[in-house]
Amino acid sequence: MSDIKAATLEYATRLGDDSVVLGHRISEWVSYGPFLEEDIAYGNVALDYIGRARMFYTYAAELANDGRTEDDFAYMRNDREYRNLLLMEMPKGDFAYSQVRQLFADVYYTVLLPELLQSKDETLSAIAAKAIKETKYHLRRSRDWVLRLGDGTEESHKRTQKAVEQLWGYTHEMFDMDETEQLLADAGIGVDVSKLRDAWHKMVSDILTEATITVPEDSWAVRGGRTGYHTENLGHMLTEMQIVHRSHPGCEW
Amino acid sequence: MTPEENFMRKIENEEKIEPKDWMPDEYRKNLIRQISQHAHSEVIGMQPEGNWITRAPSLRRKAVLLSKVQDEAGHGLYLYSACETLGISRSEMIEQLQSGKAKYSSIFNYPTLTWADVGAIGWLVDGAAIVNQVSLQRTSYGPYSRGMIRICKEESFHQRQGYEAILALAKGSEGQKAMAQDALNRFYWPALMMFGPHDSESAHSAKSMTWKIKRETNDDLRQKFVDQTVKQIEVLGLEHPDKNIKWNEERGHYDSSDLNWDEFWSVINGNGHCNRQRIEHHVAAHDEGEWVRDAITAYNEKKRAKSAQNAA
Repeated sequence: MSDIKAATLEYATRLGDDSVVLGHRISEWVSYGPFLEEDIAYGNVALDYIGRARMFYTYAAELANDGRTEDDFAYMRNDREYRNLLLMEMPKGDFAYSQVRQLFADVYYTVLLPELLQSKDETLSAIAAKAIKETKYHLRRSRDWVLRLGDGTEESHKRTQKAVEQLWGYTHEMFDMDETEQLLADAGIGVDVSKLRDAWHKMVSDILTEATITVPEDSWAVRGGRTGYHTENLGHMLTEMQIVHRSHPGCEW
Repeated sequence: MTPEENFMRKIENEEKIEPKDWMPDEYRKNLIRQISQHAHSEVIGMQPEGNWITRAPSLRRKAVLLSKVQDEAGHGLYLYSACETLGISRSEMIEQLQSGKAKYSSIFNYPTLTWADVGAIGWLVDGAAIVNQVSLQRTSYGPYSRGMIRICKEESFHQRQGYEAILALAKGSEGQKAMAQDALNRFYWPALMMFGPHDSESAHSAKSMTWKIKRETNDDLRQKFVDQTVKQIEVLGLEHPDKNIKWNEERGHYDSSDLNWDEFWSVINGNGHCNRQRIEHHVAAHDEGEWVRDAITAYNEKKRAKSAQNAA
């Protein structure tokens, strides 16, 4: 396998991991939302992410060409092998926490996907084209929620401010590059995320400020998702997600 | 013609009763009871199936299940709206659900213990619901009838996906097949109970039939379901849970065992495996959502005050 092909396989896996993990977290809200319309909306967003994960993993499986399927990528790798960003794996927390995480992720995809759309890799570009439309809707929703929660009651404001502070340190690694991603960025296949941080910061800051939320200083950062150095949360999540699949090895569902 | 005579004339001529039409109080009450119960069933039904979203064994199954549970929430919404046309608010209905005054389908008080239960619910529970709902497409109240037509389309998709999920298990490994059989054994009987008590024991049936709220009796609908399920179990290659199932040439239907009515009444009266859990889950989510709903109200008020100030 050429270096570029191996790097693309790794890249598609990473992007698939981000999607499946975030999709799982969002799906945990179904039947726990503050009202029925939110259960539906959460279900929608979770579905979009599971759909993205399937596209990225299917592409990874195609590149690997070793008989693995999308499900092998999702269900047969452990937490040390997962390469998702830490932000995605944080537990669902309260409604403010989930919506703030969603805002951070949605803005990230808002700046990332138009770049991925330019990829010389046709599959990655096609996935980006589909995802851009979904993200537009996701961002409208998480932005509206953060505005309402931030500028709602004293309690909702407090919870939102706290969530922003708790999650802020996990956002820095979203803009880190390593050799794999640099190789792909230089080849016009992957996105140079290090160039996206300013745009992300500006968009997020504008929304938080409008929501009367104080934008945190960059005083701490936790990193490790892309190297498999995760928080303790991911292991529990994967245990639950993979239990049925792994209990019946080699079965069709 | 008195309003009452006019109402009965419409019922007899198969004309729909619409929200602004005159209707007897009892008709209204009966409809509120039935439609809200139906709405609550959709909403509570999200729990036993939602129980498996995070553990679905493949990404495709996870996506299908997510979209199914989301449909159920959507059905809950249409039905709450249909019921609101009768002069009751959604929050009143939710209060009645949480206090136990309003019921929901007892089937959701049975636990979902394995992945196969998700398939069994789609196949048997949605299957039984469709038999009932197809009949309700002709119900006399317009908004309910129209809601049913829309819901039936989605439910038949749900039933197919449930059956297909069970079929994959039944044709799979020994372990998967055992899981499918176990789910069938546990859900078959409660699915039959979904049609309600025998006609002779059914408190609301007679009046509902006269007013054409209900179009077929509990026992007739149950028989349809028994008949259609025999062949489906055969195709799966599973064992029929009812040892007494037998074709009756004279009746043109299958004969079957009588149901365990003690269990039926016990679950209806709140003592099934999950009655308490389901309501507590609903109450907890609703209570935890209170600060969120308050935030929306406060935010909207601030915006309103601001725009009023700007206008002044």
